[in-house]
Amino acid sequence: MYAYDDFDADFVRARVAEFREQVNRRIDGSLTEDEFKPLRLKNGLYLQLHAYMLRVAIPYGTLDSRQMRQLAMIAERWDKGYGHFTTRQNVQFNWPKLKDVPDILDALADVEMHAIQTSGNCIRNVTADHFAGAAADEIEDPRPTAELLRQWSTDHPEFQYLPRKFKIAITGSPNDRAVTKAHDIGLRMVRNAAGEPGYEVIVGGGLGRTPMIGKTVRDFLPKADLLPYLEAILRVYNLAGRRDNKYKARIKILVHETGTEEIRAMIEEAFAEQKALFQAPPTDLVARIEAAFAPPEFDNTQSLAFDRAQADDPVFRSFVETNVTEHRNPAYGIVSVSLKPVGGTPGDATADQMRVLADLAERYGHDELRVSHEQNIILPHVRKADIPAVHAELKKVGLATANIGLISDIIACPGMDYCALATARSIPIAQEIATHFDALKLERDIGPMKIKISGCINACGHHHVGHIGILGLDKAGVENYQITLGGDGTESATIGERTGPGFAAEDLIPAIEAIVETYLDLRHTADETFLDAYRRLGARPFKDAIYHEHRDNARAA
Amino acid sequence: MARQRNPQIVTANDLFEGDVIYLTASGDWSRDHGEAAVAHDPDQAERLLGVANAQHDRVVGPYLADAKISPNGRPQPVHFREAFRTRGPSNYFHGKQAEA
Ligand code: SF4
Repeated sequence: MYAYDDFDADFVRARVAEFREQVNRRIDGSLTEDEFKPLRLKNGLYLQLHAYMLRVAIPYGTLDSRQMRQLAMIAERWDKGYGHFTTRQNVQFNWPKLKDVPDILDALADVEMHAIQTSGNCIRNVTADHFAGAAADEIEDPRPTAELLRQWSTDHPEFQYLPRKFKIAITGSPNDRAVTKAHDIGLRMVRNAAGEPGYEVIVGGGLGRTPMIGKTVRDFLPKADLLPYLEAILRVYNLAGRRDNKYKARIKILVHETGTEEIRAMIEEAFAEQKALFQAPPTDLVARIEAAFAPPEFDNTQSLAFDRAQADDPVFRSFVETNVTEHRNPAYGIVSVSLKPVGGTPGDATADQMRVLADLAERYGHDELRVSHEQNIILPHVRKADIPAVHAELKKVGLATANIGLISDIIACPGMDYCALATARSIPIAQEIATHFDALKLERDIGPMKIKISGCINACGHHHVGHIGILGLDKAGVENYQITLGGDGTESATIGERTGPGFAAEDLIPAIEAIVETYLDLRHTADETFLDAYRRLGARPFKDAIYHEHRDNARAA
Repeated sequence: MARQRNPQIVTANDLFEGDVIYLTASGDWSRDHGEAAVAHDPDQAERLLGVANAQHDRVVGPYLADAKISPNGRPQPVHFREAFRTRGPSNYFHGKQAEA
């Protein structure tokens, strides 16, 4: 784990002290809301539908047990006993009181955490593959790069007032688990012909009102050139990005309107200038960061306990099938802990659950935890022999749901249950889908299926890249849900296609069921996934199924 | 005088707690939607909003929301968003619904 140096620690403490003063001045009336709002947003404090919401960064999704326990303490002491893990590897507290927020930020600073740059038109929390440092398919751990980017982007004076927010994601594996193609900048670690590590650089992806898949502007960027190259991209964007229209201000619009070739040329020109000026990060800093992410000392003792538990206990076996991923060390597994119990709120964990996760990480997991963009928690390094014990502990606190990657492992943004921007609710839809398919006992037969739900066009729930995407809208004062099909957030990223008119909430579940039934009827074999079948068949049979049966109920979009 | 389709009330968030509040006829704030002062025409609505805006040291983001009058004379929300704001999130029983 990376530990703050004195500079980081002093910087964060100074920001908390400054914000404490600002809160005091808002409370005593010397600051108006117009004056205060940009200051609170700079510290991750939003005002949502029913309460304030504090968004805390979890850089590249990596946490240790001490930090997780502190989040549990905050949830209990200053909130309603739970936290919400988001698709950007942040955690959100939904009920803090204004006067308590400086104390919460101090408590976060005690464990090297903060809420800086979790809002505003700056470079946001850098996200990464949640299996980083553990996955069997990994070329290199992306987290040293992500940490370097965190340090470079935090309080970067030139990039605090970009045309819009700016999101960077990085994966170290060819199998993209960081949705790099739907970020302003996506970095994929690759090797060149000489075997040297570097990056494929993807620019101009994004979801929201104008979803776009990013364009590769460099097939191979040497590692040493990363910061000047990113400075070049940001500089081009800062100068040429549109500021006249908020909805056209993201870099994806600039890339789209300018054209990939021309953007590439602009970036290369700026890069040539930057490279001449830019000092590479000091080697001792890079070495310190890399050392912080050195793999833990693995215990390679083989044991039959894992195989035996699978043979003896079908519940454990099904947990392993879905929630355990191959680790680079054959004696280990990566355990994904689902925060999607059937009927629960995707991404929520109670303080007790957070503490159990912290204990398990400490006892069995080399003290490491990750938050995935799919709103689950990962124990990246668990000795296979210990996985039965981990599973038993998870069961006790309702965290053993064996559904990772299945139909009930749904991303759902907070939607209109919390979010001030929402046009409809997301969470109850996720709850209903999970409950419905649980009752049908079809989940395993359906196989890999990603349903993603957003409560408005901003697409925090990544619905555009859901195999089945659901977008909640307000149609004349009634919640209405539009379906997209065939989206994919991986290395083969695709934006889903809209099926047609949206559905009233009560007609949505039958429509989803009709889509699933069509897939089950038309798939070649049980191994053909929904996404593969959709790509083979196209939208037609699915549209026929949902609009044939539900034509009368579909409302014009 | 311009016509207004629905009666309106003024709602905002409490500065200190963040929760949803409604301007009452006495110029004070209530957490109960039913106690909101109702404006039946645009001038009245603007006046109420002015009263709310003057209280920036207590409330955040006051705005006018449509309401309908129930048989008992109390205002009720028209739009589902405002209905949710009277209750709290639907996934847990811990918003206003739990306090009621
Ligand atoms: S998609 Fe919309 S409703 Fe959902 S969290 Fe984002 S802004 Fe809020």
